[in-house]
Amino acid sequence: MPPPDRSGERPRGTRGVSRRWFLGGAGVVAAGATVALAPKVVENVTTPTVTAPGENLVELTLRVNGDRVRLETDPRATLLDTLREPLALTGTKKGCDRGQCGACTVQVDGRRVLSCLTLAATLDGTEVTSIEGLADGDELHPMQQAFIDHDGFQCGFCTPGQIMSAVSLVQEGGAGSDEQIREGMSGNICRCSAYPFIVDAVRSGREAMG
Amino acid sequence: MRPYAFTRPGSVRAALAEADGGSAYLAGGTTLVDLMKLEVSTPSRVVDINRLPLDGISVDSDGLHIGALARMSDVAGDQAVRTRYPMISQALELSASPQLRNMASMGGNLLQRTRCSYFRDLTTACNKREPGSGCAALTGHNRMHAVLGTSEACVATHPSDVAVALVALDTQVHLESRDGTRTVALAEFYRLPGQTPQVENDLRPGELITGLTVPALPWATRSLYLKIRDRQSYEFALTSAAVALDLDGARIRGARVAAGGVGTRPWRLGAVEQALVGRTATPDTYEAVVASVAEDARTLPHNVFKPALLRRTLVRALVTLGGRA
Repeated sequence: MPPPDRSGERPRGTRGVSRRWFLGGAGVVAAGATVALAPKVVENVTTPTVTAPGENLVELTLRVNGDRVRLETDPRATLLDTLREPLALTGTKKGCDRGQCGACTVQVDGRRVLSCLTLAATLDGTEVTSIEGLADGDELHPMQQAFIDHDGFQCGFCTPGQIMSAVSLVQEGGAGSDEQIREGMSGNICRCSAYPFIVDAVRSGREAMG
Repeated sequence: MRPYAFTRPGSVRAALAEADGGSAYLAGGTTLVDLMKLEVSTPSRVVDINRLPLDGISVDSDGLHIGALARMSDVAGDQAVRTRYPMISQALELSASPQLRNMASMGGNLLQRTRCSYFRDLTTACNKREPGSGCAALTGHNRMHAVLGTSEACVATHPSDVAVALVALDTQVHLESRDGTRTVALAEFYRLPGQTPQVENDLRPGELITGLTVPALPWATRSLYLKIRDRQSYEFALTSAAVALDLDGARIRGARVAAGGVGTRPWRLGAVEQALVGRTATPDTYEAVVASVAEDARTLPHNVFKPALLRRTLVRALVTLGGRA
């Protein structure tokens, strides 16, 4: 994966209709803008995805897939819910929401973490990369292509987390052998049990990433 | 999740000033955020300590110094830790998942709460979560629960792997509060549940773990953490052993032995260490010295296998480390 874009300019390859284009182009998220946190009732009351603005909002500025984002967030909001709701980046999936399945894996400052256990309020000044940040325009990241080529999924729900974890594993230098790949991917559960093909995909993606 | 006030202090002094009896320090969040979602933990104030300058890892003549905010993955991968204290690296890398290890801090690891499912379930009795309510684990699913250090009030297992290795190595914990600093032995930092299982350690209200010191121990280069679990990876221990051996040829000069997955706190086995000294490093020796381990264990209906499994875990670790000389 290329180094994160810190220039403040639009990252490369964001032309065309994509969620990132929508974010940048529609002005929902732009330098200096504040994302509106519309009052919203959610069914899962244990995890407030978006709450009405109150006296206790936390202001922060971060980069999400290269775009500068200013947020006022409820201190209870997770990075996962912040990506999916106000930022409309729904590629990151909510599996268990308890730090057990890995479906919500993203990178913060280049390290893979679980966005469901990361409070957005702690991320001021950080750089977040989600699955939407991997492709170069219409050109998929080599690991994304490898998952397609090797049929590394069935239902696909865990796949964004699998790919984020796989990219990280290769960057960490921990994808040397199939055994290392299995251990290094152990935090990402696949209920369809596509594990053998996932290992094939990670091995192939490792070669393609160089 | 219940509402809370949120602050992001930039210094230890500012963090201590923010803390009170109802507050919680937030580091990696892998325990706290999880428990706040479940409403098992309901702090009125969350003090984000991630900006505090407490993430160093260094070695000097006193030993290994680990900042409280050093992440598990960074400590595990540190070259000095790998070569001088392999059991620390191994215990960390056999814990949780890569994502969680990137997040979780060392201080937070030591304070992580039990994985007892009844502690995490508001609808059931749990003396640790709600003192006086009872213990649903005694008559429930208790395969993963403790057999050493338990009481009628609580049988919850201490879940940390690295704490087992750190206890074996006589690790000291550095604490700071508005009243000043103090240092306590990690082994004494943890409390047995007794009748007050909600009190798990020696930490005072508002007090912060700032770091750890693992004393120098040259022969810890020959050390091992062995973890036995239901899955190959990403699972808590049924039993585990942290072992270091000081060998003079085939003769054992010194030993460090501690066990995990079996106790209400990390379990140092001092009698085994003493019994090993002066003996010849052979499987017969290992079998003999562990024969009485956990003979006072109080097993539960689903974990009667643990004392025997623990003894076999210890023998396996000793054989792996000391060989059959």
